[in-house]
Amino acid sequence: MKILVTVKRVSDPEAKLKIKPDGSWIQTEGVKFVVNPFDEIAVEEALRIKEKQTGEVVVVSIGEKVVTEQMRAALAMGADRGIFVNYTGSYDSYDVANILQKVVEQEKPDIIILGKQAVDDDMGAAGFMLAELLGYPQAAFASKVEISDDKKKAKVTREIDGGLEVKEVELPCVITADLRLNTPRYASLPNIMKAKQKPVKEVTVDALGAAVKPRVTVKKLTEPPKRKGGVKVESVQDLVTKLKNEAKVI
Amino acid sequence: MDDRITPEARHFIEIISRFVQDECMPVEDAIEDTGRLPDPLVRTMKHLGLFGLRIPVVYGGSGMNLLDYCFALKELSKSHDAIRAIMSVNNGIGSMAIVNDGTEDQKAHYLPLLASGEYISAFALTEPGAGSDASAIATTAAKSPGGWVLNGMKHFITNAPIADIFTVIAVTDKEKRAKGGITAFIVEKGSKGLTIGNIHNTMGGKGWLQAEVIFDDCFVPDKNLVGSIGSGFKIAMKTLNEGRLSAAASAIGIGERLLSMGVEYAKLRKQFGKAIGEFEAIQWMLADSAMELYAADRMLADTAYRFDHGEDIRTQSSMTKLFATESAFKVADRMLQLHGGMGFMKETKVERMFRDIRAYRIFEGTSEIQRFMIARELLKN
Repeated sequence: MKILVTVKRVSDPEAKLKIKPDGSWIQTEGVKFVVNPFDEIAVEEALRIKEKQTGEVVVVSIGEKVVTEQMRAALAMGADRGIFVNYTGSYDSYDVANILQKVVEQEKPDIIILGKQAVDDDMGAAGFMLAELLGYPQAAFASKVEISDDKKKAKVTREIDGGLEVKEVELPCVITADLRLNTPRYASLPNIMKAKQKPVKEVTVDALGAAVKPRVTVKKLTEPPKRKGGVKVESVQDLVTKLKNEAKVI
Repeated sequence: MDDRITPEARHFIEIISRFVQDECMPVEDAIEDTGRLPDPLVRTMKHLGLFGLRIPVVYGGSGMNLLDYCFALKELSKSHDAIRAIMSVNNGIGSMAIVNDGTEDQKAHYLPLLASGEYISAFALTEPGAGSDASAIATTAAKSPGGWVLNGMKHFITNAPIADIFTVIAVTDKEKRAKGGITAFIVEKGSKGLTIGNIHNTMGGKGWLQAEVIFDDCFVPDKNLVGSIGSGFKIAMKTLNEGRLSAAASAIGIGERLLSMGVEYAKLRKQFGKAIGEFEAIQWMLADSAMELYAADRMLADTAYRFDHGEDIRTQSSMTKLFATESAFKVADRMLQLHGGMGFMKETKVERMFRDIRAYRIFEGTSEIQRFMIARELLKN
């Protein structure tokens, strides 16, 4: 069984981010970058399926050379090899889906697992788009994945409002990983060393034949408005007056 | 992070940092209460490869150099000290004699077991009558057909109650002593005549499981002699050289955790209408602590790097151990003071680290012995 997993390099969710003075993007200097936590869950799930079924886990990352750091982290967890799509321009979710579609056509995996969203821009769109482009069944926000004994179907549990929903999809399929799917393993030092030797194939968007034409562009980033400090009122009368005249809510 | 640390080690240190935050810190109070490490935690430590960081790759370890190892250890030391204690013995004093001077058979048999953490090790040198003056040991090993018979008592032996093997330093020639009369042996758990005494009740270092080790006509086969007859004192001293740097690394790690706790508390705690961090008295505590930890950290990196490049670091390792442990103790004292009454309470954990760090000025060579060795080198010619 071949499983393809996507790994995105994102700013550490615990980092305190600042926006560049021109509002074009965040300041990246001194910011720690990590594997998108949902992608880490996706990698872990792929490894667990592989350990039960035997097979291969292939990691895909898109971006500048630095993204291979996060790809190595996934290889150190136990993935077998990497495909690094070297692309330095800007792209949106649909571009990502387009690029991944080409990778899937080449690799022909049985299952594609993505994190349900990346924690940097929280778009959460590429998975759905990819399934649509491929014409594959999809099961998003998985909290449990079971592969049938004949390896032809996946039973995927999703947490929905007020309960659980269980979907059965035929392979090949696209699954996106939710938070409670699993707890990712730590990479051990021996595996970190081994990851250095694992093959990473570098390809360009052109070589893949993927069209990158961002339809969504980031115009400007701004910080949420600062909250003003509150005031203490002396009496109920004061409160009502302020609500009426200043807050204008009553 | 120091540029000389390899990218793989940096990656691993980040993973250790997560492990410490997510798995170690939540159980540190339980470790303090019970004096034992929870089994799931030890399993994860084994999975991470923590027991074999310094053991060569061919014997199942990761073969980390000393610089990388010290900074991994520094990170791991930021939680409970028992976590550091159990793994650092396998990486240091518990395996180094075999790594440096063991026979091929000894290496092939013991090192993979130590690297995986399946075997826990201990190093038995110190005796009631021989602390800083290690050459004064009284445990003897007498030749007998096919092996040696050990008699005597060791104490303060970390990991003793759970150790599968002990590297034991014993006198084989009472005339020669340190000059060719002391020999190292591997003694396995369950050997006839080997008894583990009581676990010492200590001020800090809960969970180190320090105990007495008693040899009463304990037979050790010839194949368990490490190095050559009479080379034991040298073996022991070589082991301690590295040990000084790992003690420094852990002390700095503990110091850094305390400082970050101090910084947080200084921002949060309000007195006289403002955060106590706005008072100069508190600022000086933080500034001095940061300065000393930075200096110690740089000494550690420099000395470990020199060691990895084949330099003789005897004096530098003494200086680093001395400065790092004395500084970390001062940091602990200041941070306890900064926390005021809360620092004295068990719940803030500062008092625990204060008690733990106190031992660092004693083990792996007391501060006084380090000063003696530094001065001896200066005055040699």
